Amino acid sequence: MPSFDPVAIRSDFPILSREVGGKPLVYLDNSATTQKPLSVIDALSRFFSHENANIHRGVHYLSREATNAYEGAREYVKAQIRVPDTHEMIFVRGATEGMNLAAHCLASRVSEGDEIVLTIMEHHANIVPWQVLAAKTGAVLRFARLRDNGELDLDEWKSLFSARTRIAAFTQVSNVLGTVNPVVEMVAFAKEREVLTLVDGAQALPHGSVDLTEIGSDFYAFSGHKIFAPDGIGGLCAPREILDSAPPYQTGGDMIEKVTTEGTTYRKSPERFEAGTPNISGAVGLAAAFRYLEGIDRAAAAAYEESLAVHAAEELVKIPGIRIFGTAPGKAAIVSFHYSAAHPHDVGTILDTEGVAIRVGHHCAQPLMDYLGVPATARASFAFYNNESDVEAFLRAMRKVERYFG
Amino acid sequence: MDDNLEDLYQEIILSHNKRPRNEGILDPHDSEAEGYNPLCGDRLQVYVKLAGPTIQAVQFTGQGCAISRASASIMTEVVKGMDEHSLDAKIAEVMELLTAKEEPMIDPLELGELAALLGVRKFPARVKCATLAWHTLAAALKQSGSITTE
Repeated sequence: MPSFDPVAIRSDFPILSREVGGKPLVYLDNSATTQKPLSVIDALSRFFSHENANIHRGVHYLSREATNAYEGAREYVKAQIRVPDTHEMIFVRGATEGMNLAAHCLASRVSEGDEIVLTIMEHHANIVPWQVLAAKTGAVLRFARLRDNGELDLDEWKSLFSARTRIAAFTQVSNVLGTVNPVVEMVAFAKEREVLTLVDGAQALPHGSVDLTEIGSDFYAFSGHKIFAPDGIGGLCAPREILDSAPPYQTGGDMIEKVTTEGTTYRKSPERFEAGTPNISGAVGLAAAFRYLEGIDRAAAAAYEESLAVHAAEELVKIPGIRIFGTAPGKAAIVSFHYSAAHPHDVGTILDTEGVAIRVGHHCAQPLMDYLGVPATARASFAFYNNESDVEAFLRAMRKVERYFG
Repeated sequence: MDDNLEDLYQEIILSHNKRPRNEGILDPHDSEAEGYNPLCGDRLQVYVKLAGPTIQAVQFTGQGCAISRASASIMTEVVKGMDEHSLDAKIAEVMELLTAKEEPMIDPLELGELAALLGVRKFPARVKCATLAWHTLAAALKQSGSITTE
């Protein structure tokens, strides 16, 4: 039975016991990357100590074992996020590569004057690949706006659809605002209009389990390092029918059927898009992270994270000049804010001297920053291994910022 | 850690941040440039007015952190009245002071308010904030036909 004990869980993450600059580490930069549990670290160590070999090509025992570990990881992760039977999961470096690959696969399905619907809250990784595609094909991008609380204006988003709309790409959870988009409803709306959908799941998986069969999107991209797995591994889930009719992305070993001096035929997905030796240990680490999450009551963990973020936000606004971005109901445990007396970088530097790690800057979401009318924000983002004393340390450090700048 | 922080956010820096000198568009001006830090998204415009080879006035606009604003503000005061040769040397000197690996062997009194910027040396992630204005001034001068190195 999955369970959640906020005290015990901290001992699963060795890094949480370290100090920085003589102060206990207070890690509130979880939307940038999450820390790794011992079980993931051990899985990597075990793989390299016992199973390491190249995959898909050796007749020897170890190669078979490594291949089983890699393909076993794929099947296990697919089952965990309920990838539909019609879909395949390509191992990619992360959500960024996933979305680039998706845009690549869709290039031939878009022509001049076609439209791609995005939202203004997207991460650059879900904007720039579409801009590149638009520049190549003559397609046009449409950006949906937000309500004051950081929620997507769903009516406005729907109104952007026209007979020329081919693709709608949107994030499930905003990395800045914490807003949780109604992706099931959005995908259904797009599907009715035969518009292809991509959901950026990078910030969704860290805050709860995800069911791709329920979401129903054509594409779904995520990063392993944001869900307690190593960096350099992630997944792009997509319909086999689209993947296998798209041209290769990178070429080389493992993705070919037959190479002659005259030409080459390519394998079907997933190998079609996994040229060369892939990140085998990364896949093993990703599976280990999902296995770790399987033991956790995700709903209880999300509620706990949320309570920390709510407490932090409630106390934060007591400092005069603090403005919080993103107050949508049911938002994920992400608190982005701007302090009128100090630039986010000054806030970040002072918090760092107290051992408090937050992200400051544009969060790879410059169109959103422009939309909000700020050059940058400070962001405290929570994971289930954070606790009340992290919140207290963060608030204490913010009062130190106030002493310098207030 | 807090001693370093006190060095970084000295009164002089905080005061220049709150009430920057020479902030605003300089009208008319002979040259201008935009400085941009893609890491943080901060933008800074620097405007230069010349009187022959002499810097008559420098002003700046833009958004930035306390370090970048204070550095820009101090710069506008320091470079006023300099000729092109001493200005080039000054920009090079400041860059060296802020970025050199070795602790600078220089009398803080000689540096005047520029000395206040040296606190940034203990915060490698913030050095670019301090150099942004100076890079932008150098770019503004290169655009101007009246400023040459010879």
